[in-house]
Amino acid sequence: MNGFDAPKIEYFTVSPILIVLGVAVIGVLVEAFAPRKLRYPLQVGTALVGLAAAFATSVVVFARLNPFAGDVKAGKVVAEGALAADGPAVFCWLLVLVLGALSVLLFAERRLEAGVVGFAGQAAALPGTEAEREASTSGLEHTEVFPLIMFAIGGMLLFPAANDLLTMFVALEVLSLPLYLLCGLARRRRLLSQEAALKYFLLGAFSSGFFVYGIALVYGYAGSMGFAQIAAAVQADGGERGLLLAGIALISVGLLFKVGAAPFHSWTPDVYQGAPTAVTAFMAAATKVAAFGALLRLFYVAFGGNRTDWTPMIWAVAILTMVVGSVLAISQTDIKRMLAYSSIAHAGFILTGFLGIRSLDEVAAGGLTGVSAVLFYLTTYGFTTLAAFAIVTLVRDGGGEATHLARWQGLGKESPLVAGAFAFLLLAMAGIPLTSGFTGKWAVFAAALQVGAWPVVIVAVLMSAVAAYFYVRVIVLMFFSEPVGDGPSVTTPSIMTSVVIGFGVLATLVLGIVPGALIDVLGRVGVFIR
Amino acid sequence: MTLPWLTILLLLPILGSVVVALLPARLGGPLPKLVGLGFSVLTLVLAIGIAVAYQPGTGLQFAEEVTWIDLFGAHYALGLDGIGLTLVLLTVILTPIVMLASWEDGETGRWGAKGLFAWMLALEGLSIGVFAATDVFLFYVFFEATLIPVYFMVAGYGGPRRVQAAVKFLLYSLAGGLVMLASVIGLYVVSADSEGGPTYLVSELAQLDIGTAAGRWMFVGFFIAFAIKAPMFPVHTWLPDTTEQATPGTSVLLVSVLDKIGTFGMIRFCLEIFPEASRWATPVVIVLAVFSILYGALMAIGSQNISRLIAYTSVSHFGFIVLGIFVMNSQGLAGANLYMFNHGLSTAALFLVTGYLISRRGSARIEDFGGVEKVAPVLAGLMLVAGLSSLALPGLSPFVSELLVMVGAFVYSPWVAAFAVLGIVLAAIYVLWLYQRTMTGPVHEGVAGMRDLGLREIGALAPLVALIVALGFYPQPLLDVINPAVDHTMSQVEKSDPRPTVTEGEAQE
Repeated sequence: MNGFDAPKIEYFTVSPILIVLGVAVIGVLVEAFAPRKLRYPLQVGTALVGLAAAFATSVVVFARLNPFAGDVKAGKVVAEGALAADGPAVFCWLLVLVLGALSVLLFAERRLEAGVVGFAGQAAALPGTEAEREASTSGLEHTEVFPLIMFAIGGMLLFPAANDLLTMFVALEVLSLPLYLLCGLARRRRLLSQEAALKYFLLGAFSSGFFVYGIALVYGYAGSMGFAQIAAAVQADGGERGLLLAGIALISVGLLFKVGAAPFHSWTPDVYQGAPTAVTAFMAAATKVAAFGALLRLFYVAFGGNRTDWTPMIWAVAILTMVVGSVLAISQTDIKRMLAYSSIAHAGFILTGFLGIRSLDEVAAGGLTGVSAVLFYLTTYGFTTLAAFAIVTLVRDGGGEATHLARWQGLGKESPLVAGAFAFLLLAMAGIPLTSGFTGKWAVFAAALQVGAWPVVIVAVLMSAVAAYFYVRVIVLMFFSEPVGDGPSVTTPSIMTSVVIGFGVLATLVLGIVPGALIDVLGRVGVFIR
Repeated sequence: MTLPWLTILLLLPILGSVVVALLPARLGGPLPKLVGLGFSVLTLVLAIGIAVAYQPGTGLQFAEEVTWIDLFGAHYALGLDGIGLTLVLLTVILTPIVMLASWEDGETGRWGAKGLFAWMLALEGLSIGVFAATDVFLFYVFFEATLIPVYFMVAGYGGPRRVQAAVKFLLYSLAGGLVMLASVIGLYVVSADSEGGPTYLVSELAQLDIGTAAGRWMFVGFFIAFAIKAPMFPVHTWLPDTTEQATPGTSVLLVSVLDKIGTFGMIRFCLEIFPEASRWATPVVIVLAVFSILYGALMAIGSQNISRLIAYTSVSHFGFIVLGIFVMNSQGLAGANLYMFNHGLSTAALFLVTGYLISRRGSARIEDFGGVEKVAPVLAGLMLVAGLSSLALPGLSPFVSELLVMVGAFVYSPWVAAFAVLGIVLAAIYVLWLYQRTMTGPVHEGVAGMRDLGLREIGALAPLVALIVALGFYPQPLLDVINPAVDHTMSQVEKSDPRPTVTEGEAQE
């Protein structure tokens, strides 16, 4: 008994994760004990308060890194080496928390569905049965969605900070499992939603299998799960290289699946279309942040030593992802599917920035790096896409959201403000200057060009032109086509969805015009601790 | 503390655009149009003030420079040299004229006349930004931003197939712009590796030592974008489709102002930042330019539609401008600069006067006209003047510029000049034949009883015709402003290494 040392946990540094997971557990207790009427306000309240508290502590942790002036601190490895609270990780925390809080607001929107949230009244009731009708007429709601999203956010905080493979796998599952469940909870079109959930779950579980197998192989090579030890083993170039390469390949499958990169993207359109739109928005914005944060850390820190081995693979994946996303988006007739393919294309653009890995001594202090470019792009894309999906929830007809593109015809006549905002967001996704999409694209392309990846950049530029076509097509539909039949109508949302849209549009504009401050900060803190 | 005059000049129309757009609908009537016209006239007055205060000479004047995005090396940097000044003047002169001429064109459009005037003012402000930007990043931002107002002007106002035309225009331009983006980012990478750190200021980039291969690649990126914009053969196909559908006013702003960005960019960025690559590309570019001249002229002769015909004449004229730029001697370059201004005036006159004609007849097909000079003599007379200026009749302003370009081409190679001069002959055919088929002969039944021009319509054309005639006789003020800037560009081009002897047909690597 004497030899046992209690693990040393830096509680304050990891407090954002603990707070979010703690609030999630409280949410479960609320479900169990609070009367039905009180659950909605309690759940929304605790979730928002918890996210705010986690955000506040994250800000303190971030400020300790001296992100604005003076000597930048690298951050520290905490929790016995399991987590790294460095610049990229804490920035991902801040971003995920803000995007998460905005998503909670979308989850809590009640006005669009006439007084209930947009999730199934009783998920256990089979679609089309008497039980479902009963649940619907008695106004049942699943307030469990709030603890679920909190668990997912907790996993997303853990994921980019994970400093060993095991923690990373746990984080992956913690963030994925609630998402599988949330995808199946749509109030309308429930069969589609359940199909999406099942598809996502099966493919996700499959990719997790690849991931675990990869972990085992890398462990076999390096003899450790820790990133620092793996990096040392890669430097020393001792063991069986076949193990390492196969391990990297398998782990990549798991992570590229999460970010929705081709050829592991096939779940994206189905799941994005079937899931409740609020969940889609959350997945498109926050999951990408967490998954790319983790991807960057794993490859830059653990496998940075043999990057010449894996960068060709990322080249190919990036090119394929951009081509698949942009070209297939052209033929889509459903707005959610189109945005799904667009998110695939954007994953390709982010991978372009991911290629900008250089050894530390090549990087000028405070200069643009692959890490800072990717983090900046994630920020811009996260807010834009969240607001875009929020607008999708507003355009409705008798059967719920009208997602078929034909139903969006003439929207500009009906509600110029909403259509104008959506057009602006689409222009941002197309990368037109004075929007954040342009500065983001600029940053990732510049990062890739700095390491000589110009073929990828040229493909990226051409694919941006292709992508512009389908964004413009929607703008044409909204502004220059006559409405068909009754046309769609824009339901006025409550303050919550309005805040999300307003915040997203504002961020898109501000980061497009004056991105300097954020980019400078990212240039300073965009270095991983090793 | 001097006022940032260029920023004010740029913001004034944009402010006007917002004001016009926000005027409450119940105040209908001509008020939004009057407010819009007022703002454009105010901008014109301010720009004339700036032009008067401008000292002909080298260097940038009215320069402003604020660091914008430090990490990118981007600045908010404005400044005018002679080339920029003439194009800014062209923009501010044409905008009120176009507004006056399009007084009634906007009523039936998507957002009414109010919307059309608001988009026009927005375009004016952004165009001033393009011509005044002295930072590549800022230029790129304005370059792309101008697409938005034009897109909505074409898609919202004009012929039945206008939406498709607008999309075609937008996609062509965006594709070119994105190719240029790769080069713009390439400049960042080169400058970030240099001692001074990343910068996008043209003045600093021009001093930069860019590797031969990298410079040529980046040149190609810029050139493709500018060739699409200009438009040059073989990437010109969007222009006839667009002008066919757009209102005459939109066509004027598009061809006379916006397309100048292409040729302006060739001088400001291709020549000054990539002198070596520009010389390397000269043989190909000159062949393309001559091709544009002849192809545009032949297509104009074969056009059955008046708007398409004028678009093709512009393809031909832009061929002359590009030729003048890339022969790389001071006559050619001065001629090209002057040509940009004069072509703006003459094409504007031609588009506007044929616009009157087309709206009266309700058709743009040449065969639907005949004998108009008998029923509408003033219209016919003005159309003749505009047409003659387009074929560069001596005494009208385009003549001087065309002559200078031809001299430059001759100095470069007599063969090139020989081919280019064919374009002038063909110009006489397309202009005079157009006039003959529409204006002379027996009165076509469709034009019988056609109203002649009203006071407003003549008022819009009068300043254009006056300028064309005045500058035809006395182009010196413009040349005084342009020549120092041309000398500066020439010194940039010739600075880096001794000029290779380039002769026709000799392959340069």
